[in-house]
Parts: sequence; C-alpha cells; structure tokens
Amino acid sequence: MMLEVDGLTKYFDTPSGRVHSVDGVSFTLEKGETLGLVGESGCGKSTTARTVIRLYEPDDGRIIFGGHDITHITQREMLPFRRRMQMIFQDPYASLNPRMTAGEIIREPMTIHNIPKDEHSDRVHNLLHLVGLNSEQAGRYPHEFSGGQRQRIGIARALAAEPEMIICDEPISALDVSIQAQIVNMLEDLQKSLGLTYLFIAHDLSMVRHISTRVAVMYLGSIVETAPSDELYTRPLHPYTVSLLSSVPIPDPSAKRNIIPLKGEIPSAINPPAGCKFHTRCPVAKPECSRLSPKLEDKGSGHFCACPFV
Amino acid sequence: MYNPEDFLPLTVDERESSETLRPSKTYWADAWSRLKNDRAAMIGLYVILAVILLAVFGPMLSRYEYDGMDFNVSNDPPSLTHWFGCDMFGRDLFVRVMYGARISLSVGFIASFISLAIGVVYGGISGYIGGRLDDVMMRIVDVIYSVPAMIYVILLMVVVGAGLKSIFITLGISYWAPMARMVRAEVMRLKNEEFVTAARVAGASSARILFRHIIPNAMGAVIVTLTFSVPGAIFTEAFLSFVGLGVSAPMASWGVLSSDAVPAMAIYPWQLFFPAGAISITILAFNFLGDGLRDALDPKLRK
Repeated sequence: MMLEVDGLTKYFDTPSGRVHSVDGVSFTLEKGETLGLVGESGCGKSTTARTVIRLYEPDDGRIIFGGHDITHITQREMLPFRRRMQMIFQDPYASLNPRMTAGEIIREPMTIHNIPKDEHSDRVHNLLHLVGLNSEQAGRYPHEFSGGQRQRIGIARALAAEPEMIICDEPISALDVSIQAQIVNMLEDLQKSLGLTYLFIAHDLSMVRHISTRVAVMYLGSIVETAPSDELYTRPLHPYTVSLLSSVPIPDPSAKRNIIPLKGEIPSAINPPAGCKFHTRCPVAKPECSRLSPKLEDKGSGHFCACPFV
Repeated sequence: MYNPEDFLPLTVDERESSETLRPSKTYWADAWSRLKNDRAAMIGLYVILAVILLAVFGPMLSRYEYDGMDFNVSNDPPSLTHWFGCDMFGRDLFVRVMYGARISLSVGFIASFISLAIGVVYGGISGYIGGRLDDVMMRIVDVIYSVPAMIYVILLMVVVGAGLKSIFITLGISYWAPMARMVRAEVMRLKNEEFVTAARVAGASSARILFRHIIPNAMGAVIVTLTFSVPGAIFTEAFLSFVGLGVSAPMASWGVLSSDAVPAMAIYPWQLFFPAGAISITILAFNFLGDGLRDALDPKLRK
C-alpha cells in the first residue's frame, strides 16, 4: 500500500465562516496504480492533494504514506518523504521560477536531498531526455519554452529526486488539446518504466478514464463514488456521477445524447446542505435525503457509492 | 534513387538542434536590450555617469580650490577663467558645484544603500513571516514614515551637531521605510506563487525559498525603487542644507550653494542658477532612468 488516507478533513476559517474544503475523505492507493480524482471546480480535489503532501496542516483524519503516519509530523521530519512524494502543477507558466534556468530548476531537488554534486549534470541530462527535451536546453530560461515544454520541465523536476508517488494536480488542463495527449502518454510511459504511483486530479473525465486504474468522484469536499475506471464509466451509480458522465462530449454529432442537467449552483462550502450534500441538486432526491448522511457503501466489484437508493 | 536510411525520423537532439532559436538571453541581458532602446532613460544614464565623473575627477582638474578665496574676483560673472563665475568670497563656483556634487551624490547613494540594506531585510522578514509580526513591523514603519525628516535632523543636531553626519543618520532612519513597504508587498505576492509552492514540495527550507526564489524575483522592483530614492535623498539633503541644517562652510553641497546665493539672487543670478540647475538636471536624469528601468525590468507594465 502506497498511500492510505482516512477521514481527511481540512477547513479554512474565513471572515464569512468556516469553509469545509475537505470533509472526511478516505481512499487508498496501491503501488503502481493511478487514482483519478474528479469533480467540479471548488469541490476540494486540489486541497485534498495539497493536504496529503502536507502543504496544508490536516485538521482531522490520518495520512499513511508507505506505512508511516505523516499526518502531523513536522516539516523537518517530512523532508525524507518529500523525496518520495512529488507533485506536478496545473499552470506551467506559474510553477517555474522565471529567474532560474531549466537546468537549475531540475537540479534544485537534487541539491535539497543531498544527491552527490558530481552526479547532477548527468542526471539533469538524463531527465531532460526522459521528458523529451534535449540537454542543450538546460541553459534556457522558462520564458524561452512553450507551455508543453514547460510542463515537461515541471515533470523532470518532479522526477529529479526519484519519487515513488506523484500527485498530478490538473497537469494538462492549462495546455492546448494537441499537447494534452502528448503529456498524458508521456506520464503513462514514465509510470511503466519507473513504476510510479499517481494521484491524478482532473476535471476532464475522458482523460481520467484513459489514465486511471480507479476513479473517485468528489462533490463538495466528500467522495461520493469510487470504482475501477471502466466500471465507473460503464455503470455509474451515484446520481451526481451519472449526470457528470452524461455531460461528457461524444465525438460523434449523430450520436443520441441524454444529458441530465443539474439544477442550481454548487452550494457554498461554508454552509453545506444538511443530510446528503447533493440532495439540493439531485434529480432523484427523496424527502428523507435531507436527513440521511450517506456513507460509501460496497456495491460489489470494487464499486463504492454514497447513495443508499441505487 | 533514394535510400530508405535518408528518411529516418529525427532523434530529439537532432530535431531541437535543427530549429532556429534566438540565442539564449538571461533576464538581465533582456532588460538591458530593452533599456538601450529607451532614449530618455539612456540620456538619463549618460547624464548620471557624466555627473559622477565630474564629481570625482572635476575638482582635481581645476586650478582652483573649493575653499580658495580671492577677493579680487568676488561676485564675478561667468567668464573664460571662472566658467560659472565666483561667489562673494571670490571662490570659483565651477569647482564648488563639482565639489558639491560629491557631497550631494554620496548623500544620495549612501542613503539609498542604507535603505536597500535595511528595507530589503525588514520588508522581506515582515512579508515572508506575515501575521501578527507583520502587523507590528508595519506599524513601526508607519510611525517612522509619518515623522518628517526635518524633525529627525533637528533632534539629531542636538545630539551629534549639524553637518553631514546627522544628515546621513537622518536619511538612514527615514529612507528605508518606503523600500521596506515595497519589498513586503513583493514578497507577499511572490510567496503565494506556484513556483514557491513547488520549491516547498521539493523540500526547500525557508532560507532557500527566500534567497533563491523570492528575492531574485523581487530584485527588479527593488532596483527601480532604489533609482527613484537616490534623487529623493539628493533633494532632501539640498532642502535641509538650504534651510541651514546641512553641511557647514567652507564645504559645499548643492543645497548650501543655492542657499548662499539666494540673498543676492537679483544681482548675481548665476550664483543660484548653476547649483540649482545641477540639482534639477541630476534629479531629472535619475527619474528618466528610473522610468526606463521600470519598463525594461517589467515589460508587462508597459501599456
């Protein structure tokens, strides 16, 4: 077991009240697999990831990484785990320091984790090749690269300290569609050759299906459904997942579509609805939904769903 | 006929090398090439360099001493022997204006470097740590900022006496406040940038984040503030000397020279014209350069 997250909770106190960004999220991640985490903007996907990697202090729950409880260890104690757990960011323009060359950016994690200095150049060279750049480009600055190339530099930086797990925080959503496939295929190749484990966050459902072994759907800070990738896409159970999947565009204009639109806006995370958080927008809600607070139930073949009526 | 080998796909290295790329330029080289195209800024830069050269070497080349009196030529108008004329004691004004440049420029540069040293460290800590400490540190800056420089000089004169020393201390005390505010704002903006988060994920220490990621990115704004603070300090010194709180005779700063010339302004206007002109030209040159630097270092700001 690579990662075990149990009842993870993270809230932020703001002037208008307490925002429950992550509200009791639990999932596990086996070595070498990819867990896709999907949901609308603001549902807490990124906060979950950033809390797991200890950029935020968790308020409740437990994070077990490689058998070690890292929920509340200090940043200093976290250092050896930082080497094993890395992150790829959404915005390839904001995530690279404009005053450092590509080589310096990739070399930094090696310096931090005390990898012998005489190996640095070779490693930078190899990493650049691994992500499809050439080593002459090590001396260039981020502004001299395109978005896709910058994301490759970000990936090389994440790989620099030889991690076991990489959190991909919407790594393709800021890229051109033509580049997205290149980056996703590269991430898959790297996973195979380096035995990486991914936590893949996205809101593009078709891309997630392509890369994930399992998918977890988040709504308003909680996971509502999780299942093996193909199972989730062919047999979605939770009404939220059903409506989410019905909105995925089909590349065939003559195909019959049955979009289930959701009414209203996503409710505020300061005052989430009582009972099942989805009942205010649920197309099949029953009166008792505002009283029940459903937990993930086993529906067989690895399928878990937080709705008692399916 | 063709060979199948001629049609192999390029390897990564061949593909990238075959592209025509412009030569790699560092951030500073890029900024310099933009600055070079800004005529006002370049004129400002040349004027500043000329003023510095004249201040350093000018007095050595003149055959007059800044304190050498000759009552035969007192209040003489500009001529071939005394280019800027003479003052009431028959001292050559040209050499005195150049000598004044030494004092005025060193006041300007030293005050700015004190403000750089204190302001960057103070603002950096305040912005990076934030929270309660930031509140306290910024209220101290507000207090320092709200007291006029003249009060410091008058108080310091009681303790250390009038002269250059109290002016340096005054400017040192009051001039770092705007720099500290600016640096704090920059640090607060930069510490939430994603590349800082990326460094934190990589395991970088706070010191590493501050010195490798935040400060290098704030340097552009610091240099621009510095360029604008030099003329501010020169002007403050001139003003303090003008009201009689500055350097004492026979030393001369531009402020002292202007102040001495005011009583006889109507009869010997050149005595005021040359030092006042030197102040104006220098301040203008710094402002042109500062404007140009701001555009060159942050091209996004330019409309």
